[in-house]
Amino acid sequence: MAFKIFKKKDTGKSRKQSAREKNEHTNKEINIITWVFVIAFVALTGHIVYFTAFQSESFINNSYNSKRAELLARRIVRGRIVSADGKILAETVGNGAEEVRSYPYGSLFAHAVGFASQGGTGVESISGFTLLRSDDPINLRIKNDINGIKNNGDTVITTLDTGLQKAAYDAFGKHKGAVIAINVKTGEILAMVSKPDFDPNDIEELWTELNDDEENSPLVNRATLGLYPPGSTFKIVTALEYIKEHPDITGYEFDCNGSFTFEDITISCYHGAQHGHLDLKSSFARSCNSSFANITSQLDRKKFEETCSRLMFNSRLPSPFSYRESSVLINDTSKTPEVIQAGIGQGRTQVTPIHMAMITAAVANDGILMRPMVVSAVRNSRGTGVKTYSPTEYARLMSSEESRLLRELMREVVISGTGYRLQGTDGYEIAGKTGSAEYSKDKTKSHAWFTGFAPVDDPQIAVTVIAEGAGSGGESAAPVARKVFDAWFSK
Amino acid sequence: MATIFLTFNKYILIILMTVYSFQCFSVFRYKTEEERDGIYIWQDIAMSLIYMLSFLNIYIYTGEPEFIGFYVTTQVVLWLTILIYRKLYPEANKLLINNMCMLISIGLIILVRLNYQKAKKQFIVVVISLVLAIVIPFILKTFKRLRRFYWLLSAAGIAALSAVLIFSRTINGSKLNLRIGGISFQASEFVKIIFVFAMAGILTCVEHEKRHRIAAAVAGIHVLLLVASKDLGSGIIYYMVFVIMLFVGMERYKYLILGLLGAAVGSIAGYRLFSHVRVRVEAWADPLGTIETSGYQIAQSLFAIGTGGFTGMGLYNGAPNRIPVVDADFIFAAISEEFGVMFGICLILICLSCFIMFMNIAMRFNDKFYKLVAVGLAVTYGFQVFLTIGGVTKFIPLTGVTLPLVSYGSNSIMVSLIMFSVIQGLYVSVRSSNREGGA
Repeated sequence: MAFKIFKKKDTGKSRKQSAREKNEHTNKEINIITWVFVIAFVALTGHIVYFTAFQSESFINNSYNSKRAELLARRIVRGRIVSADGKILAETVGNGAEEVRSYPYGSLFAHAVGFASQGGTGVESISGFTLLRSDDPINLRIKNDINGIKNNGDTVITTLDTGLQKAAYDAFGKHKGAVIAINVKTGEILAMVSKPDFDPNDIEELWTELNDDEENSPLVNRATLGLYPPGSTFKIVTALEYIKEHPDITGYEFDCNGSFTFEDITISCYHGAQHGHLDLKSSFARSCNSSFANITSQLDRKKFEETCSRLMFNSRLPSPFSYRESSVLINDTSKTPEVIQAGIGQGRTQVTPIHMAMITAAVANDGILMRPMVVSAVRNSRGTGVKTYSPTEYARLMSSEESRLLRELMREVVISGTGYRLQGTDGYEIAGKTGSAEYSKDKTKSHAWFTGFAPVDDPQIAVTVIAEGAGSGGESAAPVARKVFDAWFSK
Repeated sequence: MATIFLTFNKYILIILMTVYSFQCFSVFRYKTEEERDGIYIWQDIAMSLIYMLSFLNIYIYTGEPEFIGFYVTTQVVLWLTILIYRKLYPEANKLLINNMCMLISIGLIILVRLNYQKAKKQFIVVVISLVLAIVIPFILKTFKRLRRFYWLLSAAGIAALSAVLIFSRTINGSKLNLRIGGISFQASEFVKIIFVFAMAGILTCVEHEKRHRIAAAVAGIHVLLLVASKDLGSGIIYYMVFVIMLFVGMERYKYLILGLLGAAVGSIAGYRLFSHVRVRVEAWADPLGTIETSGYQIAQSLFAIGTGGFTGMGLYNGAPNRIPVVDADFIFAAISEEFGVMFGICLILICLSCFIMFMNIAMRFNDKFYKLVAVGLAVTYGFQVFLTIGGVTKFIPLTGVTLPLVSYGSNSIMVSLIMFSVIQGLYVSVRSSNREGGA
């Protein structure tokens, strides 16, 4: 009741005095609220500054924002796109109504560099607003503004290498599919081929035709948007999970008689092969489906699911290009046949080539995935540097020891397994994994996969190849990869 | 010559805006209005220059002589407002008068750019509201016993919001407007002011032990009616005003803590109960992922702000009309796109200085009723600014409220002007009574 007594005493004072004390008292609360609001507004302002300075550049490069790009293009000549070796990949020529976007390499960079019109694709889209910003000296820009001359947009330096791109493009020949090469230590995308392709110089005239061609979908960049069954390349993931559960891999043994039956599913080896007595290394090297079905049947599904998530299945990829998410159905509740199918890369699992390249790059780079990048620097039209992008680590996908064991397995593929066509390289050695992914009822048809890296002792570059319907990975995809590696190491 | 002007104008506007908003805070260094006079003159010069240069830019770009006429008329009205206010109420707070005119000016410039018809309509409402606003300090001075009528005010507010819920048609999922004689009223806007007075009355006149319960009951009915009309933005504002007035009125921290806990629980319940709340939260979390549906507005708003960058695209060089409801809820994005983010930040600072001045005025009152009214209106204003700018910049999920005095909308601008005038009226009455009493 002390409270009440105090109140009584309070009323005993003169009204004015009490009001004044009261006032002082209440202002404390008002002060607190004022400060809370000031802090909230400062935080809001900080957010806006942060967004404008650091996030807006990548955010605004969106096809839904193309109207603003058009408006900028009225005042700025779209800048150049240049390769890592200094060649012009795209530039604007002519002026006024004659202004056209020219791609000197034609269809070679059709998907990687892309095209600027029709909403934009490739680097043209990724760097859309950078190309339309001028960082020329201010006096020059003002002079141009005053004279009503368009200013020159900035030049974008890519990580793409014309020599490597050409090698990949030629080696891939008339196949449908994709080739992608990544520098495993920096994440730089060195080459990216997708076929069928088109000549971006003629995009306006070809647009309707290319768009309507649903059978070949030439406009789709298969390297990042193509979802394929991974086939035996998925055994990298299954092997990783096995290694995690059994760090001593020498304990594994299996006798392959051509097929493996577990509960009510039977898995057969590719083209009816019988591999005989195997350990983990030879199971992997010879890509034995029966052995890997056996391995999968023993794996902890919950942990397998976690490993897949860590390798970015069913989730976002750090891809500068627009991409599709890979999917795999392994979890607590999935049925045994589904899991076993997934474990050998068949069933409903789907991956994009760039995703497979990222996994391979992480294996090669001691378990760490460097964030893939395609733009390395921005310069103004006169060549003065504006900005450089340094390589950044994206995530550790596996431990150093796990990656070492996987590298050993992948090396064995070339030494004694399905990757034998990659033997005898000049001055460097390749490691990798082949895949022959069945994609229809007709079991004789398969997509040919190869994903690998080189040199084995100090990996620099990862290459992933997918050739649609081209048969076995070892026969069709590995030789393409070899030519890409050769081109890189003969430089 | 014209191109040179267009090239430099956006930078000049940013510099003038920075000067103006910096002065908004330097006034707080001085205690009395007399000492602040010099600052206000600089502000008036900066404001007039911004208005003139913007319209010159508009005229050069469009070549429409009609805009010159609009400029001259509106500029004269704004100057007259400042002059009349100062003559009629010498004790009035000049920072608030300046800021009021500055915010109206920016609103009119961007509206002319976005949609001239709407700018004209807005101006007519501004004139009507200013006439109303100018007599408000006088009314407040005369009806000093207003606080005793808190029951009447509470009932009026509840009746108006109920009428909206029962009679109005649903537009975009929410019920907002009442049509009376062909004019559409957004009741939740007008009731805001009545609500603040009602709360202040309850928290000063009701028996001390019952205050908090009655206040909670009245506020609760208001908020529930708004939630039932799916006007969640207003619901949140009313709730926060209630919590803060209760905290200031009862001087107990527990009310603030309980109130904020209630807000948290209410937000979670809202998220669970209403699909339109979930949709907005999803759009906020990933505008690009939902760009084809719910994220479209916020993504376009961020495109505008991001493409404009710190220094802006310059008037007419952006594409603000790509943003849905750009003239109302998203006006901040349009301003940022064409005038630049730096200009936008200055605008935030002006709004913040209004809020601080409101609170500053609240602190000066000895009379608790006036103190609470000032706090209530300050929070109504400050919180609404935070919700709208935070929403369009993706700081918080969108709530669909307008930026007071800047956004298009006759209800919004009228109520905002009345709010400023009420504060002004309270300020005038306390300053003149202090003077009379020799305090």
